[in-house]
Amino acid sequence: MKFTFDGRPYEARRGDTLAAALIRNGVHLMGRSFKYHRPRGVLAAGAEEPNALVEIDRGGARRTPNLRATVVEVFDGMVARSQNRTPSLRFDVGAVNDLLAPFLPPGFYYKTFMWPIGAWAKLYEPLIRRAAGLGRAPDLPDTDRYTQRFAHCDVLVIGAGPAGLAAAAEAAAAGMRVMLCDEQAEFGGSLLSDPAAAAGLHETLAALFANPRATMLCRTTAFGIYGDNLVGLAERVTDHLPDPDPALPRERLWQVRAKRIVVAAGAIERPLVFPGNDRPGIMLGDAARIFATRYGANPGRNAVVVTACDTGADVARDLAASGVRIARVIDLREGFRVTGTSGRLRVSFIGIERGGAREKIPCDLVAMCGGWTPSIHLYSQARGKPRFDAALGAFVPDTEVSNLICVGACAGDMPGAYRAGIAPVSSEGRAFVDFQNDVTAKDLELATREGFRSIEHVKRYTTTGMATDQGKTSNINALGIVAGALGATIPEIGLTTFRTPYTPVTFGTLAGHSRGDLFDPVRTTPMHQLAVAAGAVFEDVGTWKRARYFPRAAEDMHMAVARECRMVRDSVGMFDATTLGEIEVVGADAAEFMNRVYINAWTRLAPGRCRYGVMLGENGFVMDDGVVGRLAPDRFHVTTTTGGAARVLAAMEDYRQTEWPELRVWLTSVSEQWAVIAVQGPRAREALLPLVDGLDISAAVMPHMSVVEGTFLGIEMRLFRVSFSGEMGFEVNVPADYGHAAWEAISARVGACQGGLYGTEAMHVLRAEKGFIIVGQETDGTATPDDVGLAWAIGKAKPDFIGKRSLTRSGMSGPRRQLVGLRTDDPATVLEEGAQITATTDDNRPLGHVTSAYGGATVGHSIALAMIESGRDRLGATLQVRMPGRAIAVRVTAPVFYDPEGARLDA
Amino acid sequence: MKLIPCPICGERAEIEFAYGGQAGLVRPPPTATEAAWGAYLYSRENPKGALRERWRHIHGCGRFFNLTRDTVTDKFIP
Ligand SMILES: [Zn+2]
Repeated sequence: MKFTFDGRPYEARRGDTLAAALIRNGVHLMGRSFKYHRPRGVLAAGAEEPNALVEIDRGGARRTPNLRATVVEVFDGMVARSQNRTPSLRFDVGAVNDLLAPFLPPGFYYKTFMWPIGAWAKLYEPLIRRAAGLGRAPDLPDTDRYTQRFAHCDVLVIGAGPAGLAAAAEAAAAGMRVMLCDEQAEFGGSLLSDPAAAAGLHETLAALFANPRATMLCRTTAFGIYGDNLVGLAERVTDHLPDPDPALPRERLWQVRAKRIVVAAGAIERPLVFPGNDRPGIMLGDAARIFATRYGANPGRNAVVVTACDTGADVARDLAASGVRIARVIDLREGFRVTGTSGRLRVSFIGIERGGAREKIPCDLVAMCGGWTPSIHLYSQARGKPRFDAALGAFVPDTEVSNLICVGACAGDMPGAYRAGIAPVSSEGRAFVDFQNDVTAKDLELATREGFRSIEHVKRYTTTGMATDQGKTSNINALGIVAGALGATIPEIGLTTFRTPYTPVTFGTLAGHSRGDLFDPVRTTPMHQLAVAAGAVFEDVGTWKRARYFPRAAEDMHMAVARECRMVRDSVGMFDATTLGEIEVVGADAAEFMNRVYINAWTRLAPGRCRYGVMLGENGFVMDDGVVGRLAPDRFHVTTTTGGAARVLAAMEDYRQTEWPELRVWLTSVSEQWAVIAVQGPRAREALLPLVDGLDISAAVMPHMSVVEGTFLGIEMRLFRVSFSGEMGFEVNVPADYGHAAWEAISARVGACQGGLYGTEAMHVLRAEKGFIIVGQETDGTATPDDVGLAWAIGKAKPDFIGKRSLTRSGMSGPRRQLVGLRTDDPATVLEEGAQITATTDDNRPLGHVTSAYGGATVGHSIALAMIESGRDRLGATLQVRMPGRAIAVRVTAPVFYDPEGARLDA
Repeated sequence: MKLIPCPICGERAEIEFAYGGQAGLVRPPPTATEAAWGAYLYSRENPKGALRERWRHIHGCGRFFNLTRDTVTDKFIP
């Protein structure tokens, strides 16, 4: 296979990771460090890699930054690039930061870029981001597809090394539904770098693959454990393929609910902390062994193994067997100390010292064996509390977690010879602890000298363990250094929290199909396409698309809305009111239920009549409103606001089930069942008459606030005589499937009566001219019925209703903000909704604010509604609406600007 | 994501449920004292440990029911 790295062509073998292929090609310089731009090679061979972050470019939007070269699988034709270097990896001008290192101590950004605060966004942050950065984010929308699956199993085994495979095989043999996942491309874990294990591994895997009750997921990372054994798995489906089948998703999120979880996540080797421990060619001992034995990519010709435990001997043996010359094995337990290394882009010498005797050893590979850290990330996420194992120099699982066990190395179960304790540290010079965030031992010691005691604070101040690798190779070493500097033990210092995800997960995997049109599905009414065809401009109301206005040629919004308003006042307009919530309240105790839920009295409302209902919360504040029609003694048709439909039904259901279970009443949401078309204006009756199949809709038989069931051109219909415009009006309810047809039929009739369509904007102006409130616009969750002029609606004789007791709490009377109208001197001045109002321009105490403001289409002047302290006592007074740099004088009026007697409603 | 036992439907995922707050609150009559009514509106227990609370299987059968949950372990207590 061929691939390129920074434009240069290389050859790879099937199964190679990018890191393995580069090493076989003699390329060790793979990245520049985050802060100091120091040359870096790989430290590790797996997911814990902090240094070798690369960008894979598949063209167009398919450019992915910040991938670890140690987990990226090479495919034929792959284009890979290094990051965080200008202009090239070998010569990077950012490396000047390394010379400035004495001036870049921990907390440098906090200490330096403090003032002025405004410079952060414009100057400091862009500068810092450019100088110290990761890869380039893709700048095109993601064109790939991501899917999500739920799964259930008896046993989920995480990690397919020797311990995980044994657990999976045993569970499968017992007939259980098993899922086995591993982050690598192949199952086997450490067995893959042990040629002697190949035959046994093959046999175990063959049995598992043949078992229909076993699900085998490679390239799949268990990134998080959530409540009740729900595990998030990220499966990378196509990133390793040169030419993926377009039918396949790029990645797949599995949400697995497992009866039992077996964590077999293994252990991660620790680097050693000594001066110059970050040069390319200096890597973990186990990584060197994996490159040499599993990939046949010897990471050097002449190696020095530095070890704090017996792992070093095994590494030296395996490297030698692969043809690497072992220049020296330096066992720190024998009193040696590493004094430094040299080599600009690859290590060339390592310096050691013992008892004053110094020595420089030439080498091109340094293998560091600093002991092992069990991967307790998932155990800890599942709320397991680990304990510190001093012999191991790491935390191991301790408290029991129900239905989860750790097995193998992640449980601390490893050969005694691999138990290193915490290795000695040589902190002079530049001894790196966190390679990805460029944190040195000195930085940590400085933080403790500056007074930081808590490991959580040291972590945030120095940023150790806070890079994308989450400190997998650095946390224990950092703890050891901080503990040493403070003269405390590691258990006293504590352990920082393990957070999800274990390794980075793409946003695409988490989002799945929930993007674009599917991110927040749009609701449209059955007449939506007709509104589109009529040229409607839409607005979003919750998840609904509502027609805001219908501009004709050359009309702007203001002109269109003014025309639509005049049309309703002069002839007739039609309006799509389908989005209102509708609930049927049915049962022998329906009226009693309504009495308790709404402030109004319902007992004496006759069937066939409607009433404007107001609903409070128990705190006494207006929660929702809407017209309620009584269809029969035991049946109410309740309408709610568009946004309040679900909330109102949930509240009603709460009281029905938990407060008044004795009431015989049932609640049904019928919002989706009915298409609702408002027909409003002096010619509304004339427009509808030919359509209602002979129904008598005269004012005598069907007065304002009445409801009748009939047919509309043969279709089932509920016809309401209601008005939110101030004109005589009807609302035609037909089954939703007939909404389109009914709209077309009414549209023809309305047109014949010199009328037309109007949208939500005209609806708002018309209702504001009448002083009708909109819940959520005039009210803000602190308005009582009296505040908004609705005290008349309260059924005074009722013993109780939701919120009644609150209306007499202290503080609910006294000077409260009340609904009033506002008039400006200049009839053309339209106030700004939300603007604050004061008594004079000298007095900044706010009396209230503007809640609604419009041009006022039919009254000849602009109008506004406002909530003003003791507003009804201020009628006729002049107040000031405060605007940036000026104030607008307004006169307080009653909130009704049009037809205050309501004569037009009864036409 | 937790599993929540609905008395009608059995164990279902948390996303199907709505939280209903502390259980066992008694709605006082409209003759209640100011203090009693104020407590009903705003005073809630916030224990470290067992809390009796209401849940509703809102995206399922719609049923309200009570459970006891340990606020430390986030586990339901039978
Ligand atoms: Zn249920």
